[in-house]
Amino acid sequence: MEITSREVWTFIHGMGFGAVFLLAFAGGLVELYSMRPEWMTAEGMRTRVNRMKAGLWIMAGTVWLTVITGTFIVYPWYRAAPPEGTTDLSIFPRSLLLSQPNTAGWHTFGMEWKEHVGWLAPIAATVVAAIVSYYGPEISRRMGERRAVAIFFIIAFLAAAAAGAFGAFITKAAAVR
Amino acid sequence: MAEQASENTSLPNGPAAAALLAGGMGAAVLGIVTTLSEASAGFASAMRWSAAVGPLSGKVGVTLILYLLSWVILHFSWRNKNVRFNQVATIAFILLAIGLLGTFPPIFGLFAPE
Repeated sequence: MEITSREVWTFIHGMGFGAVFLLAFAGGLVELYSMRPEWMTAEGMRTRVNRMKAGLWIMAGTVWLTVITGTFIVYPWYRAAPPEGTTDLSIFPRSLLLSQPNTAGWHTFGMEWKEHVGWLAPIAATVVAAIVSYYGPEISRRMGERRAVAIFFIIAFLAAAAAGAFGAFITKAAAVR
Repeated sequence: MAEQASENTSLPNGPAAAALLAGGMGAAVLGIVTTLSEASAGFASAMRWSAAVGPLSGKVGVTLILYLLSWVILHFSWRNKNVRFNQVATIAFILLAIGLLGTFPPIFGLFAPE
């Protein structure tokens, strides 16, 4: 049994930071949805908002770390060009995928989408964390703001989920080794 | 867009609107630079800030710079104001949609040279 440093970084990027964000999303959305003044006391609201602020900033931080490690550490290994005359493309995932018509789509659609859409997730998650932190308990009385925050939060999740799903599929087809 | 808020609440909504609109602008910038990079080899080359990462490095670099810059400018412009939040939110959603479309390969692929 052996694991390379590249595989460790791929794991940290996807199963570490990325998975934490995706797993925390459901909890964050429920917290956001249930932030209604008629459902809780002022003290309960303060406690919940403090917990939510911490959770949302941790989520925003993990999704920033996901895209930064993915783009600047793992992606260069994925896209590295093989030296002239290389026949074994197993450590050059992009070239390996493009070498066969039946796998080229994993790069031309999957990776091309993943590498770009993933960056929308931290931007949207930061918007959510910033607005909830700014208003604090007052967010519960701000219907328009809460709705806008929920939409950005869902988009952050969908962008991260699309990037994560294609990351898993591409790793199955041509892993970074 | 700045005006008195009709809601009887204590905090001005300007800073929240600034964060939301800046997020939409950041998303739209990413969509636009991704599409421009596909459409023009010269632009893609200019986005190659890192040889190892390729044009993606410049695309995310430009996006982050403009996102943070727009947030700072909007925040200081609106920090003590109430704005029409629903209008700002609508614009932010449109910008977010531009970001989603501009980063979707079948869409930005339409702009690739023959």
